[in-house]
Amino acid sequence: MSEHAELKTGPLEYRREDGPLTILGFWIFLAAEVVLFSTLFATYAVLFGRYGDATPAHELFEMPMALTMTFLLLVSSFTCGIAVHMMRKESLKGLVIWLIITLALGLGFLGFEIYEFVHYVHEGATIQSSAFWSAFFTLTGTHGLHVTLGVFWCTAIIIQLIRFGLTPVIARKTFVIGLYWHFLDVVWIFIFTAVYLIGMVV
Amino acid sequence: MWDFIWNDFLVTGEPIIYGAMASIVLATVGIVFVLTYFKLWKWLWDEYLTTVDHKKIGIMYIIAALAMLFRGGVDALMMRTQLALPNMNFLNSVHYNEIFTTHGTVMILFMAMPFIIGLMNVAVPLQIGARDVAFPFLNAFSFWTFFFGAMLFNISFVIGGSPSAGWTSYVPMAGPELSPEINQNYYLLALQLSGIGTLATGINFLVTILRMRAPGMTLMKMPIFTWSALITSIIIIFAFPILTIALALMTLDRIFSTHFFTLAGEGMPMMWANLFWLWGHPEVYIVILPAFGVFSEVISTFARKQLFGYKAMVYAMCVIAGLSFIVWVHHFFTMGAGAGVNSLFSITTMLIAVPTGIKIFNWLGTMYKGRIRFNVPMLWALAFIPNFTIGGVTGVMLGMASADYQYHNTYFLIAHFHYVLIAGTLFGMFAGLTYWYPKMFGHKMNEKLGKISFWFTVIGFNITFLPQFFLGLMGMPRRTYTIEPEWMPLNLLSTTGAFILAAGFVIFTFNIYYSARYEPREKTGDAWDGRSLEWATTTPVPHYNFATIPYVNSHEAYWDMKETGATTYDESKLEPIHMPSYKGLPIIMSAIMFVASFGLVWHWFWLAIPGLLGIIICMVIRSFDFDEGYHVPIDEIKRTEEQARGRKE
Ligand code: HEM
Ligand SMILES: [Cu+2]
Repeated sequence: MSEHAELKTGPLEYRREDGPLTILGFWIFLAAEVVLFSTLFATYAVLFGRYGDATPAHELFEMPMALTMTFLLLVSSFTCGIAVHMMRKESLKGLVIWLIITLALGLGFLGFEIYEFVHYVHEGATIQSSAFWSAFFTLTGTHGLHVTLGVFWCTAIIIQLIRFGLTPVIARKTFVIGLYWHFLDVVWIFIFTAVYLIGMVV
Repeated sequence: MWDFIWNDFLVTGEPIIYGAMASIVLATVGIVFVLTYFKLWKWLWDEYLTTVDHKKIGIMYIIAALAMLFRGGVDALMMRTQLALPNMNFLNSVHYNEIFTTHGTVMILFMAMPFIIGLMNVAVPLQIGARDVAFPFLNAFSFWTFFFGAMLFNISFVIGGSPSAGWTSYVPMAGPELSPEINQNYYLLALQLSGIGTLATGINFLVTILRMRAPGMTLMKMPIFTWSALITSIIIIFAFPILTIALALMTLDRIFSTHFFTLAGEGMPMMWANLFWLWGHPEVYIVILPAFGVFSEVISTFARKQLFGYKAMVYAMCVIAGLSFIVWVHHFFTMGAGAGVNSLFSITTMLIAVPTGIKIFNWLGTMYKGRIRFNVPMLWALAFIPNFTIGGVTGVMLGMASADYQYHNTYFLIAHFHYVLIAGTLFGMFAGLTYWYPKMFGHKMNEKLGKISFWFTVIGFNITFLPQFFLGLMGMPRRTYTIEPEWMPLNLLSTTGAFILAAGFVIFTFNIYYSARYEPREKTGDAWDGRSLEWATTTPVPHYNFATIPYVNSHEAYWDMKETGATTYDESKLEPIHMPSYKGLPIIMSAIMFVASFGLVWHWFWLAIPGLLGIIICMVIRSFDFDEGYHVPIDEIKRTEEQARGRKE
């Protein structure tokens, strides 16, 4: 555990001994998150079609909206990848810029999601309308909350990068938020398929 | 205002509750007085409340678990008193419902869980030759969320009213229509709060065990208790998020009027049962596997033989872990899922008996031709084998779906799970605590008192629960607050047993006090002629555990070292040791989470929202904390080790 021995080569985030530990820990956390979202997906599947007196989903879901949101989040995952690539090249400026672009795309996604929710509520479909809508809002809302958390977290890391520069510790944090962001993207792809695509057809 | 406080906020009108309030106030005043009088506040804060040391965190977990054992135990005695005779008027039906709910919840989540996690904390890093867990800060956070979760659950008794829908909290009973009061919210938020900590513990120990083992210690050279902790961690990681979601959904139903489990709005009550047991069955293996680990260590040490079938033990645990996720439907065969589904889950359920049986035979094999020492830890292990087998065999009986239609929700089921949980988990925890006690506190527990408490417990336990199998067959349902006259003799017997059992626990606890005062100090560090690395450290264990970390060649690392005369102090290899600093943030953040949860329980958003903000602020503070810990200089290590080892000669 004598981690004053800092490696001189290899990716920055792996050079201190606690780097790999934290990153492994975070991978395992993501495994727990997979279980968490799987439970929500299962709930959604079980309650699918249980509208009660509320409007059915296919009358409300709109392809352009869902596609835009998917596009924003997918691109943000890509820009996040570029950010980490910049980190590997030890370009602080590139890293910060690409992170900010990622953030902006994430915020765009959130904006659309909020707009979508407000729209549904106006159409009379709220989280209290029926079992289906409870499951819908909870599943997508949990993902949205994760993105929101990611936005705050990423902001904190950008501040640290600007103030303290690219140290192994901050590199590790950046790498970890990268993993988190890609993970949210993967979850969204499942939401897009299982909720929007199927919801529009059935 | 006063009206609200008297009629809704505080629970009033019951003599038992006034008694509880008085004792809570008295105990609090007493503790505050002692701490202030002896000027212990600073010591408490510096040494324990802010600690990130796995050994101290382990001790705190175990103390909390013992306290909760008493809370749950008193509940149990109250229930048994009410059921001793027909038409008893000791508890009314509402109160009885509250008591069986808190009993079950407290025992599983706030007694068994912290006990196993406590022992994992104490033993695992020492067994693998690590200086702490992978994330010490997170470890402290885990403890404090558990602690405040437990407190939140316990205050419901006097503030607002206890939950009363069973530890399984089935809807529609627990839903907003049938339980409109706030009491069920305590169940939801207390479990949520402590569940977060448990998940973090799972991640922490998985990383610790995967990445921080001593050089040479491959997975198959780990002590068996560490193996059980590894597998338990994996089960935690895959099971607890399910609970998180299930609780969150019911919280939404109750506080935000959603329709997951309600009858209105096309919700599905049975989905709660599915989600609950998808977590719940793995949970029973979370609390049993570490006990299996303890028994394996104890039996091998006291039979003075290498563990028989080490590899078979490991594979058996892996198989159990896998199967534990595909049997959950056996808790509601009577739901009416149809013959196909029920048969499938019957088969998976009965399959679990196979790896469990393998383990039983391995323990017997370990003892075969061993020169057995009958110390207290070994006694618990010896009592475990036959009693647990009764639990397992009756489990298989319950697992046959068609037969379960008869047994389900009768006392037969109650007897089954007490045979596995008490004879398995609790005996295991007692064995583990007595076994590692000298490592933790520098002296053994008194053997004589230990044996008395052992016999009281084992005999009392059998008198309490054996009759319940027959009561179940006679048709006595569980969760009933009065009994029919024809069930009286066996119930009276059972109640008598319960008091004997309780006497056993009291003696066990008294032994802690007695041993602290009168037992000789333990000087060798190797109290039981042990086999794994924890016994290689000196007693008391220095805060950095190992001055130098030995090279490990087998799963009995210390046994090998004793043969070659090696120690964990090799002067030529000393280096400064990096250690994490103590932090106040875990306890503060958990306290804020407690406040926020309390607000949500009462639908007080003016309290919950600032609480949420407080949590976010704590997270930001943590993110901007670049404290790297400190290094223990070589001189200090030398001084500590020479002092400790000088005593040995
Ligand atoms: C051979 C192994 C086992 C089998 C085949 C088995 C089978 C079962 C079955 C079928 C039930 C449901 C019965 C009903 O509700 O009618 C049950 C309940 C239960 N089992 Fe086991 N079991 C086994 C081991 C364990 C272990 C090791 C534990 C815990 C350490 C445990 C704890 C419980 C609990 C707590 C319940 C009842 C929960 C409740 O309804 O409140 N079981 N078991
Ligand atoms: Cu089960």
